[in-house]
Amino acid sequence: MIPASFDYVAPATLDEALAALQRHGDGAKIIAGGQSLLPILRMRLNAPEILVDLGKVSELRGVFDDGPGLVIGAMTRYDELLSDPLAGAHAKLLVDAVATVADPQIRHRGTVGGALAHADPAGDVGAPALALDAQFVVVGPRGQRVVDGADFFVDHFTTAVGDDEILAAIRIPKHTGWGTRYEKFVRVVHQWSIVGVAAAVRVEGDTIAEAKIGLTNMGSTPVRARSAEQALAGVPIEEGAVAAAVASVAEGTNPPSDLQGDADYRRHLAQVLTRRAVLAAAGA
Amino acid sequence: MTRINVKVDGVDHTDEVEPRMLLVHYLREQVGRTGTVVGCDTSNCGACTVHLDGRSVKSCNVLAVQADGHEVTTIEGIADGDRLHAMQQAFHDCHALQCGYCTPGMIMQSIDLLNDNPNPSEDEIRHGLEGNLCRCTGYHNIVKAVQQAAGAGVGGGGGR
Ligand SMILES: Cc1cc2nc3c(=O)[nH]c(=O)nc-3n(C[C@H](O)[C@H](O)[C@H](O)COP(=O)(O)OP(=O)(O)OC[C@H]3O[C@@H](n4cnc5c(N)ncnc54)[C@H](O)[C@@H]3O)c2cc1C
Ligand code: FES
Ligand code: FES
Repeated sequence: MIPASFDYVAPATLDEALAALQRHGDGAKIIAGGQSLLPILRMRLNAPEILVDLGKVSELRGVFDDGPGLVIGAMTRYDELLSDPLAGAHAKLLVDAVATVADPQIRHRGTVGGALAHADPAGDVGAPALALDAQFVVVGPRGQRVVDGADFFVDHFTTAVGDDEILAAIRIPKHTGWGTRYEKFVRVVHQWSIVGVAAAVRVEGDTIAEAKIGLTNMGSTPVRARSAEQALAGVPIEEGAVAAAVASVAEGTNPPSDLQGDADYRRHLAQVLTRRAVLAAAGA
Repeated sequence: MTRINVKVDGVDHTDEVEPRMLLVHYLREQVGRTGTVVGCDTSNCGACTVHLDGRSVKSCNVLAVQADGHEVTTIEGIADGDRLHAMQQAFHDCHALQCGYCTPGMIMQSIDLLNDNPNPSEDEIRHGLEGNLCRCTGYHNIVKAVQQAAGAGVGGGGGR
C-alpha cells in the first residue's frame, strides 16, 4: 500500500513550519512521528497536498523544568519520555500510560504531541494528560495561546488546534510523590485500549487525600472523572471503601459499542479498572 | 522528487525519491537490500523492522525522506563477512524460525531489545517482541535464542 503523491518540506524551525502551513492552507498536513498518519495515508483515507515534517524542529523536543511544572515538547518521542528523569519524578502517570502504547518500534517514532493532536479516543496519552491538568501550548500565525484540557479535546480526532496552528508543547504541574497507575484493558497487547484508566493519588497516612482520574475510550474524547475524584477524597486505602467511592465512575459517560465490547461492558470495565488503578496507585 | 542522503549498512547513498516512498520500498527497490521484507503492510507485524540511528523502527511506517541525514541498519548489515552476528547465530542454533518470514524483523528487534536491556527476563523478552508477529514457531524458540544471545554478550558490547 502506497500513499497518494504529496509534496514534502522539512523545516528546521517552528517559524518556518508555521509559514509552510500558512502558504499551503488546508492542503498541508503536519507529520510528527508518522505512526498514525502514515497508516492513514497508505489506506488513502486522507490525501494531503504537502506534508510539513516537524522532525527537524529541535526546539519542539525535550522535557524542561519551569519550576512548578514540566514543559514537554510536542516532538518528544515516547521512548525519550520513558527514560526522562524529570518526567519519571513529576509526571509519572503520563510515563506509565506511554509505556503501554503500541510496541517498542512505534515508541521509538511516535511523539507525545502527535498522539495528543491525533486525539484518537482510544489513544492512551490523552487521559493521563487530562488527569494531570495538562495545559496545551498552541502556536499559530497570531502567536501563542494556552488551552486547558477541557477545551483541547473537542471530538473524535478533533482538537482545538487550527489548520494553521501547531501544538508546540504541553505543560504539566508537577505531581511529585503522587502514586500512579495506568490500567489498560486490551485483548492484543500492542493495540489500543478497549478501556483505560489513568489514576494519580496523593496519600496521607492510610487515606487518599486527593485523586485525579482520566478515562480512555469512554466517549469521543478522554474523560475526567471528577465525581469519582471527589468521592475518593478522604477515603481509607481499603478495597471496599475505594470500590464504593468509584462505583459511579462511568455515570454520564458515552462509551462506544463496537466489536471489542458494547457500551455497558465498557461502563463495567471502567468501574473495575478504576478501583484497581486507584488501589495500585495508593500502594495497596 | 526529493534528494536524500542515507547511510545504509555502512554505505552512503544519495538518491532522488518521491516523498511518498516508504523506507522499506526504498531499501528493497532502490538500494537492493531485499533482506528486509514486508509482512502486513499495516504496521502490525514487525517483519520490516530495521534500525534507524541504532533504534528499531517499522520501515513500512517511515518515509524514505524522513531517513534523510540518518543511518539505517538492515538484517544484511549485521554479520561480519561470513561470520554471523551472535543473534543470527542464536536463531540458527535454537531453531528459532520455520518459514523464516518474520526472522529479519525478529532479529533486528531482538538486537534492539538487548541493547536496551542486556539481561532480560523471559517476560521482558516476550514484551520486547510484542510488535513482531510469528505465525509459525509459537515464539518459544525465539525466546530461547534471545536468551542465548544475551548469554553471549549481545547488548553488553560483546555481540559480534
Ligand atoms: C500498530 C500500532 C499500534 C498502536 N497502538 C497504540 C496504542 O496502543 N495506544 C496509543 O495511544 N496509540 C497507539 N498507536 C498510535 C501511536 O500512538 C501514534 O504514534 C500516535 O497516535 C501519533 O503520534 P505521531 O507522532 O506518530 O503522529 P503522526 O502520525 O505524525 O500525526 C498524527 C496526527 O497529528 C497531527 N499532528 C502531529 N503532531 C502535531 C503537532 N505538533 N501539532 C498539530 N498537529 C500535529 C498530524 O497532522 C496527524 O494528523 C499505534 C500505532 C500503530 C501503528
Ligand atoms: S510490514 Fe511493516 S509492520 Fe508489517
Ligand atoms: S517463522 Fe514463519 S512467521 Fe515466524
